[in-house]
Amino acid sequence: MTTIPLSWWLTVSAALFSIGMYGALTRRNAIGILMGVELILNAVNINLVAFWRYIAPNDVAGQIFAIIVISVAAAEAAVGLAIVIAVYRRRHSAVVEELDILKN
Amino acid sequence: MPFDPAMFDPSQIPLVEIVFWAMTVCTIGGALGVVTSRNLFHSALYLILSFFGVSGYYVLLNAGFLAVVQLFVYVGAIAVLVLFAIMFSRRMMAAGQSQANQQWWVAGPVVIVLFVMLLAVVGSISWPVTEAEPSGDVVNQLGLAFLGSYLIPFEVVGVLLSVALIGAIILAREKTAEE
Amino acid sequence: MNFFFDYIWLIPVYPLLAFAAIILFLNPSKKGSAGLAIAMIALSTVHAWAIVFNTIGAFMADAHHGIHIDGWSLPVEWIPTGFTVFNTGFAVDGFTAAMLFMVPFVCTLIFIYASEYMEGYEAEFGRYSRFFAYVSLFAAGMLMLVIADNLLLLFISWEIMGLCSYLLIGFWFEKTYPDADKVATPRNLIQVLQFWKYAGPDKIPPKLAALKAFMTTRIGDVMLFAGMMILWSVSGTLSFREIFAPDMLEHLTEITLWGIPVATLSALLIFGGAVGKSAQFPLHVWLPDAMEGPTPVSALIHAATMVSAGVYLVARMLPLFATMEHSPALQWVGIIGAITAVMGATIGVAQYDVKRVLAYSTISQLGYMMMALGLGGFVAGIFHLLTHSFFKALLFLGSGSIIHAMEHEIHAAHAHGHDDAHPHHDEHGHHDEHDHQASHPAHPDPQDMRNMGALRHKMMPSFIAYLCGTLALIGFPLTAGFWSKDEILAEAFLHRSEPLAFWIYIAGTVGAIFTAFYMGRQIGLVFFGRPRTSLAENAAEPGWRMTMPLIVLAFFALFIGFINIPEEVFGIHVPFGGWLHGFAGEVHLMAEEAAPGLNFAPGTFVPQVAITSSLLAIVSFFFGGWLYSRRRTAEELDPIQTIPVIGKPIFAILYNKYYFDEIYRGLLIYPTMALATFCAKFDYDWVINPIVNFFGRFTSLLADGSAAFDKYGVDGYFVNGIPNAFNWFGGQLRLLQTGRAQNYLLILVVGLLILIGIYLLLWTGGAAGVASLPTS
Repeated sequence: MTTIPLSWWLTVSAALFSIGMYGALTRRNAIGILMGVELILNAVNINLVAFWRYIAPNDVAGQIFAIIVISVAAAEAAVGLAIVIAVYRRRHSAVVEELDILKN
Repeated sequence: MPFDPAMFDPSQIPLVEIVFWAMTVCTIGGALGVVTSRNLFHSALYLILSFFGVSGYYVLLNAGFLAVVQLFVYVGAIAVLVLFAIMFSRRMMAAGQSQANQQWWVAGPVVIVLFVMLLAVVGSISWPVTEAEPSGDVVNQLGLAFLGSYLIPFEVVGVLLSVALIGAIILAREKTAEE
Repeated sequence: MNFFFDYIWLIPVYPLLAFAAIILFLNPSKKGSAGLAIAMIALSTVHAWAIVFNTIGAFMADAHHGIHIDGWSLPVEWIPTGFTVFNTGFAVDGFTAAMLFMVPFVCTLIFIYASEYMEGYEAEFGRYSRFFAYVSLFAAGMLMLVIADNLLLLFISWEIMGLCSYLLIGFWFEKTYPDADKVATPRNLIQVLQFWKYAGPDKIPPKLAALKAFMTTRIGDVMLFAGMMILWSVSGTLSFREIFAPDMLEHLTEITLWGIPVATLSALLIFGGAVGKSAQFPLHVWLPDAMEGPTPVSALIHAATMVSAGVYLVARMLPLFATMEHSPALQWVGIIGAITAVMGATIGVAQYDVKRVLAYSTISQLGYMMMALGLGGFVAGIFHLLTHSFFKALLFLGSGSIIHAMEHEIHAAHAHGHDDAHPHHDEHGHHDEHDHQASHPAHPDPQDMRNMGALRHKMMPSFIAYLCGTLALIGFPLTAGFWSKDEILAEAFLHRSEPLAFWIYIAGTVGAIFTAFYMGRQIGLVFFGRPRTSLAENAAEPGWRMTMPLIVLAFFALFIGFINIPEEVFGIHVPFGGWLHGFAGEVHLMAEEAAPGLNFAPGTFVPQVAITSSLLAIVSFFFGGWLYSRRRTAEELDPIQTIPVIGKPIFAILYNKYYFDEIYRGLLIYPTMALATFCAKFDYDWVINPIVNFFGRFTSLLADGSAAFDKYGVDGYFVNGIPNAFNWFGGQLRLLQTGRAQNYLLILVVGLLILIGIYLLLWTGGAAGVASLPTS
């Protein structure tokens, strides 16, 4: 792909990463935070694949890595959502700001 | 401008770039929608849009298998899971409340700075780009790798998924009377 | 035989070991201490006599009778001082041999005497063993002095003896004379100057007497040391042999310091030391008061040995004095000697204390020795030194026997009294400072001759011995004292054309007259007449340990003179005449050409002189004896005082020792005390103390300020403040612990940014990267 330079891909990835970080930092709802985290993971994956494609396309390790990242993301999403549901059941609220038992 | 079919040269159309920009719009736009939407359900839908864009990226990058995996796993499983979780906690998340928390005004600039720094890092390195093309049957290679050199990560991921599955079930189940 | 010479240094070591042993171990045992001391000094005598007789043998066998210069020497490398090694050593020549004959022998006799004498005072004062330790140390010092071959070793021994003298004079330091405090003392300068009105007490307590002795001899010691220093700095050596080499003597005479040849200057200073130690005018004032020490001490130190150390020193250093024919140093020696001789003799006439008479007699006789040395005749001086030591020791021991006899009654009462009144008596001398006079009922002074009388009946052997000593002292014909004194007078007479010799002759003769007179007085008062107090009535002869030494010494007093009779007496040629001249006289032969003042000629017998002096002596002696044996009571006036008009004043002047003590008080002590008071005021009241107090207060103020600063500043700000600050910071930091995960995540991101920033700054161009982005 000579028409799209690698740096564009990396820029996109960086942008997605930042947006996802913003979401993780800012959203009130726990599920919203999880969605931000998913965005971050996607950004990472884009990075991985782009590097694979532009630097070592014959070495399948890049895709392997990306697949594994996807798997882990799936596991993490499942567990995280299970936690959110459990917490919600307890407190009837998924607002993260109220989860401050560790304060001080 | 008048459309002249004889002048239309398919090879002249920068198709890749058009697709790239379209996918970018989906991805970034979807991402923005995820983090700014007041309605959680809308956020989830924007998330699905973003996932689609990422999948398109993978196609552009000659990672077809990965694109499909992305669609299956992310869109088909994770996003659906998110939707279900939202629906489980729907009572509290009525639309209307601002979704941003107390520190958004700090997080914003921080994130912008983060973005800029990442760009700086990217630009400061000369990447050893090659002209090579991916060769052969990628799926075949992936299969062989997963059961060959990368067997252990494969198995570990299997264990991880099992654990996550069990954990999620335990965490999320209804408490029975004996607990 | 060489063994004795090689180990000559042992001679002083024996008594030194006794000293150490008694101090460290034997103090509790009285018999052991006395026994060890006597044994050690006897050992020294044996060793010394072995050397003496060996030397005599070598001398007699030597064909070159007169040129026996090299004695025997044992050099000892002592102190390495960088480039050189300071050499000291021991040497024996005729002179040393003569001294080695006399000194340890007399010491032994006196030690034996003291072992009985001191028993009488054991009950009152204790410290019997310590006495023997002290006298042993002293003997060690004297013996080392005699065999030293350089001035430094001599000086060390000199000082050791000075110390022992102090310790021994003040041996009975608790003794006080309460009457002495009642004597009027001058209060201001006018009174001080009227010294004849404020005559001091007759006796001062032993504690003060010891100090007086030490201080006075110290003046001499300082001069001696100064002389040594000058000598050493010019000649580079302190060894006798090297100093008396003719070249060195000439060198010393050529170099002058303040216009005076170094030889003469150092000689005069060294003589200053002798003046102090041998109680010459004007530093004689300590010797009479030194009689406060026990009598054996007086006999040993202040008659036979220490005071003769001064004479020994001058005799040893005589070539230094005699570098010119009529050297001023010699003149001074002679002048001082003459003055001392006459002064001592005249004062002795008016003293009542039996020991003081002998003390002034000693002063006078030492003056004779100095006169002899002043004429350059060192053999004459040494000869008189030797004979004097014997008979003066005899006389002092005899006086000790007299006192012991007089105290017999007191000690008998003591024994009874102590059984009743003092059942527990601490023998180790832990007495409080109570008055040892007042504890007994008042009894007449046992030492006062007015209280004695007719003692010859009670103590015949001691009397006979004492008489022998007296005859020797006055120069009765054929006694030792006769030969030695006569040699001096004859020598002076022969040179009577020179003014110094002339006056020496006059002084010697006058002194002899008075000497005989006061000795006759003493014999008359003590042994003849009738007993004037109960003490004399109950006197008793002391034991054999005290009488035996007297008899031995009497023998020597009579006959030792025969070692140096002139070669021709009344025309009769004496076979062994002038023997001492030969034996000891060659000592300075080495320096003969450079020391023209020395007189090597053996004594000549001058009939006129001999007969005149003998007759004068005999007449004066019997006159004094007759005059004073007539005394009936203890309180009556002295016959001198009965002379009309001038009798009482003359007697008063003589009795008060020419008011020397009072004059010194005015001239020296009063200004010193005034200066001391001034200094004290300066220190305490006016200057020093106020300054010190000011600094003290100032420092205290600073300290307070420091304390405040510390309390409020340091403690407040730092010690307390730092924890407070930390608390505050902690409190602030705690606010970060919101418990909210998103906050933590934010911080995490910020940290990440920082790290990326550092990475960018350090490893890459940073901003360049951002700019290059869109175009790649």
